[in-house]
Amino acid sequence: MTEIALAQGVLAGDRLALARTLSQVENGTAEGKSALSELFPYTGKAHLVGVTGASGTGKSSLVNQLALYYRQPAKGASMSAERASGPPKKAEPRRIAIVAVDPTSPFTGGAILGDRIRMRDLAGDPGVFIRSMATRGSLGGIASATAAVVQVLDAAGYDLILIETVGAGQSEVDIARLAHTTIVVEAPGLGDDIQAIKAGILEIADVLVVNKADLPGVENTERALRGSLNLAHPLPHRFMHHGKLEMVPGQPITPDASETLWVPPILRTVALDGTGIPKLAEAIANHRTHLDATGGWEQRERGRLQTELDLLLQNTLVEGFRARLPAGAYEQVLEDMQERRISPFQAVEKLVDGAGAVQ
Amino acid sequence: MSEQKIRVLIAKPGLDGHDRGAKVVARALRDAGMEVIYTGLRQTPEMIAEAALQEDVDVVGLSILSGAHMALVPRVLELLKANGQERVKVFLGGIVPDEDVPLLLKMGVIGIYGPGTLSDTYVNDIRKAVMATNA
Repeated sequence: MTEIALAQGVLAGDRLALARTLSQVENGTAEGKSALSELFPYTGKAHLVGVTGASGTGKSSLVNQLALYYRQPAKGASMSAERASGPPKKAEPRRIAIVAVDPTSPFTGGAILGDRIRMRDLAGDPGVFIRSMATRGSLGGIASATAAVVQVLDAAGYDLILIETVGAGQSEVDIARLAHTTIVVEAPGLGDDIQAIKAGILEIADVLVVNKADLPGVENTERALRGSLNLAHPLPHRFMHHGKLEMVPGQPITPDASETLWVPPILRTVALDGTGIPKLAEAIANHRTHLDATGGWEQRERGRLQTELDLLLQNTLVEGFRARLPAGAYEQVLEDMQERRISPFQAVEKLVDGAGAVQ
Repeated sequence: MSEQKIRVLIAKPGLDGHDRGAKVVARALRDAGMEVIYTGLRQTPEMIAEAALQEDVDVVGLSILSGAHMALVPRVLELLKANGQERVKVFLGGIVPDEDVPLLLKMGVIGIYGPGTLSDTYVNDIRKAVMATNA
């Protein structure tokens, strides 16, 4: 199949063409790049929702339940213990794509991609497309090709794309630059309240989920998260202190601020039986409405494109630079560094000046 | 980063619940530098073919210990072909009686690896089969 046929196939809804294009894009081949260029004008429509959190918090199961709910709102609601107060029926996305990322072995380059195990409920639904990806050496929680893979799925007409990161600890925050809405999944018993005030992953959450909410300790987890959030987004707060009612005023609410401020909701879910999923879908929809109303959508879109442009620019420049270096110059400088003859800074200077002389 | 990885789907069709072998094979292929999509227990041939399509795999490995291989394997091969994935290689692990082996190989299965097979054997077979198609 030529690249023209690939891109045309993607636009026409051919699933095999889509799958092959995703591989070409992931492998960074020339065919993949030209297919991407052809598909790019059709992108920018999908709502990109990132799902991140530590290993074993239940990200895959949550993604499974969310996709199930979007595809069959009635069934999803009846399966859960609670019922949504009124899911926005009209705004339900029609087609769901899932990109599930798992880590690549740093030693062998191999990977076990096991997220589909939790997504078997979605099998046989032509409105769902699941793709597993390995990180292939990338450390930010997603692969370097994830953004491009998402673009292809966007062009293929998937309205909502769920991107599941690798089991993320504290600093795998690349997903926030890619997604419009980032869901951070926590579970009871994973750490004390100091974990909740550390910088990093909690700061990127647009929606916080405490999954496995049927386990003991869920109140503590939720309280720690709420405390941490209150520091970031102070709200008027009343409490009893030595028997007296005290009040801490929130941050000054200007007429603007009340509209532009998004306070991440904290939701409890049990991904195994679907409890809390309608509320989560509602929060995702609310965040989208908020982004649309405040200009946040364009802002994130622009930030995402800028990140992509910067990365591509760096890669292309470095590749071109290394191609122009005289044979052996790079290895020579590396050896000089190892022998402590020159510092890393001097090494860079030497290489850059050297390449300049060659031109 | 431009690189080509062999992508393998490991699936357990049918109703037996013994997945130790499938996991060992998945791990061995991972250690051989392949990307292994592990789908878990009790997959129907339709689920396997669909996953193979979405993941654009080069190879599908089926682990069957229920004795239903003569029903399940042809169905998976048929569905792969119907999806336009006739280039996908299929190999088999588990318990397969000797008299069925030639029949399965004739259907297009690239190898049948029972208990005690060295992992080098199937790793090399898979590499060779994939290289032959991509060449």
